[in-house]
Amino acid sequence: MRLTELPLRQPAFVDLIDWSVLSPSEGQRLREFGLCEGASVEALHHGGLWGKGPIACKVGRMTIAMRRNHAAAVTVRTGPDAVP
Amino acid sequence: MSVLPLVALVGNPNAGKSALFNALTGARQKLGNYPGVTVERKAGRLALADGRPVELVDLPGTYSLNAASPDEQVTRDVVMGRQAGERRPDALVIVVDASNLDNHLRFALELIALGLPTIVALNMVDLATRDGLELDAAVLARELGVPVVATVAVRKRGLDHLREELAGLLGSIAPEAKALPPERDFDAVRGEARRIARAAIVRETPSRRLTAAVDRVALHPVFGLLLLLGLLFVMFQAVYAWSEAPIAMIEGLAEAAATATRNALPDGMLRSFLVDGVINGVGSVVVFLPQILILFFFILMLEATGYMVRAAFLMDGIMAKVGLSGRAFIPLLSSFACAIPGIMATRTIADPKDRLTTILIAPLMTCSARLPVYAVIIGAFIPARDIAPGVGLQGFVLFCLYVAGIIGAMLVALILRMTVTKGASGGFLMEMPKYQWPRPQDILLGLWQRAVIFLKRAGTIIFTSTVILWVLLSYPKPPESSAVSQVDYSIAGRIAGGLNVILEPIGFNRDISLALIPAMAAREVAVSALATVYSIDAGDDEALLERSLGDRLKDQWPLPTALAFLAWFIFAPQCISTIAVTRRETNGWKWPLFMLGYLFVLAYVAAGVTYWTATAAGL
Repeated sequence: MRLTELPLRQPAFVDLIDWSVLSPSEGQRLREFGLCEGASVEALHHGGLWGKGPIACKVGRMTIAMRRNHAAAVTVRTGPDAVP
Repeated sequence: MSVLPLVALVGNPNAGKSALFNALTGARQKLGNYPGVTVERKAGRLALADGRPVELVDLPGTYSLNAASPDEQVTRDVVMGRQAGERRPDALVIVVDASNLDNHLRFALELIALGLPTIVALNMVDLATRDGLELDAAVLARELGVPVVATVAVRKRGLDHLREELAGLLGSIAPEAKALPPERDFDAVRGEARRIARAAIVRETPSRRLTAAVDRVALHPVFGLLLLLGLLFVMFQAVYAWSEAPIAMIEGLAEAAATATRNALPDGMLRSFLVDGVINGVGSVVVFLPQILILFFFILMLEATGYMVRAAFLMDGIMAKVGLSGRAFIPLLSSFACAIPGIMATRTIADPKDRLTTILIAPLMTCSARLPVYAVIIGAFIPARDIAPGVGLQGFVLFCLYVAGIIGAMLVALILRMTVTKGASGGFLMEMPKYQWPRPQDILLGLWQRAVIFLKRAGTIIFTSTVILWVLLSYPKPPESSAVSQVDYSIAGRIAGGLNVILEPIGFNRDISLALIPAMAAREVAVSALATVYSIDAGDDEALLERSLGDRLKDQWPLPTALAFLAWFIFAPQCISTIAVTRRETNGWKWPLFMLGYLFVLAYVAAGVTYWTATAAGL
């Protein structure tokens, strides 16, 4: 499922990132934040009154905020056999 | 004097670098700029364990040497020895957040590869412990191949150890530094960073995290927004409520100085110059120091606690609607203190059109220099009564003025994004730091630096423009027999008379026209200019001289004029410093002139509409 669909506070791992959605500098920044295939990720908060705001999620030990269109580029998997 | 060895503090944003810098250098800091760029250079002196002094420079936080913004370029260029106006550091202190090793070690590895003598400061170990993380600094040092010192900057822990290690490092013969680190695959470095982090972590127990608990409220779509609004409201109420006593004290001092001068000197030009020009002019501005410091206190606290990024998160949805990013919220909130640091802070916005739009609307955020103008008019024309328990009418009006600026800014942003800065909206990517209680000393130091800047302005720009205005107002002298007043007869009075043709339709009188010209030097000069005008107007009339500026305004201005004056200042064209910084940040005259033009039109229309409406309503 996409990171935008991940229920809040359910640990997951990044399966795939569609880098083509991101500009080179955005991709670079996300990588610097530690968001890459295999990273642990957990959605923490959905911002905005109508659920259209950014998403705050934990990547490794860091909390980052990103917009929904970027979060939608991240495919995650959950469950016991998700651990890479 | 020989040049001191240079040590650079470098690390990720939110690693506690600035707190460590403050703890190491104390109040002996020098703020400056790197030549050609508006990136602030923060340096201070540090005594090593053996007593040798070194110069410590605090480099802007960055995530890697792959610089994205002008700030990050400075960091990269300094550590590589390519930054103009800065020698290459003799040693690096890499600051890493103990609870975010995976990430911070990746950048540390990049820096260590440069080959400069290096120490790693494993900072905020107390917060890591709070998060249930136990680390082995010795393992880390072995794996990284450089000394590692555990520090808690905010508690001054580990600082002596750091000074010792640094003394040892600078005593030895420096290895050959490389201009460029060996090209390494990003993923490979990250893999190594992760491996080292795993090795250094002794124990990791999940624990209740304060940050997560607070964020459940602070980032809640409804409660979070209410909390933010509440905080801003308290902030603006406090600007009034807390400042009363210190303001009364400064006013008392200025009055005592004026009386003493009046008694000590014979009537004449010198006395008029000192009393009307210097004491009344500059004094009427210095009086606002308490309010400006209260405002900065809140902004510094919001930044230091980590709340500011949460505010950006909450605002991103709204900001996106007008084509901006939540990131723009931080420079815009700083612009409430002053548009100059605000405009400089837009450098963290990666998208050029987002950034330009943010720069153009930053002046609409009510800067602290406008506070004196608002305060004097509100104090004179708005009755000091409570509209609800604990909510004063004056504070409420002030709040509304700020809100009017914000709404104006949003509308302007929307229009700009559809016209001159048209284009796809940039993104919003931000790290959210852990909440942290700031060290009182760090906040005090920040306030001290702001106070010095403000008083320097009062002593230079404001002093100079007040003196020039005094000269223009005092000469030429009208002939004895003339019925024309001194102010009307003077050079300034005649200029204002000409300007008044344009400004009269929106309810402005001669005195306002007079005050608006020097207000371009600095907004608060409008107040000192009015004070000087009325001081000269009063001549030798003792009774008039003893009345406060507010009382005199009340006598001479109709209410619609006062309201129009307030409305003008919501949008008023910016001071010269703001125009200069906009020119520098946008590399040309096009955008600052555009900004000046649109603000003038907006201010004129807003003041006009206010005046006509108020007059029609019979106020």
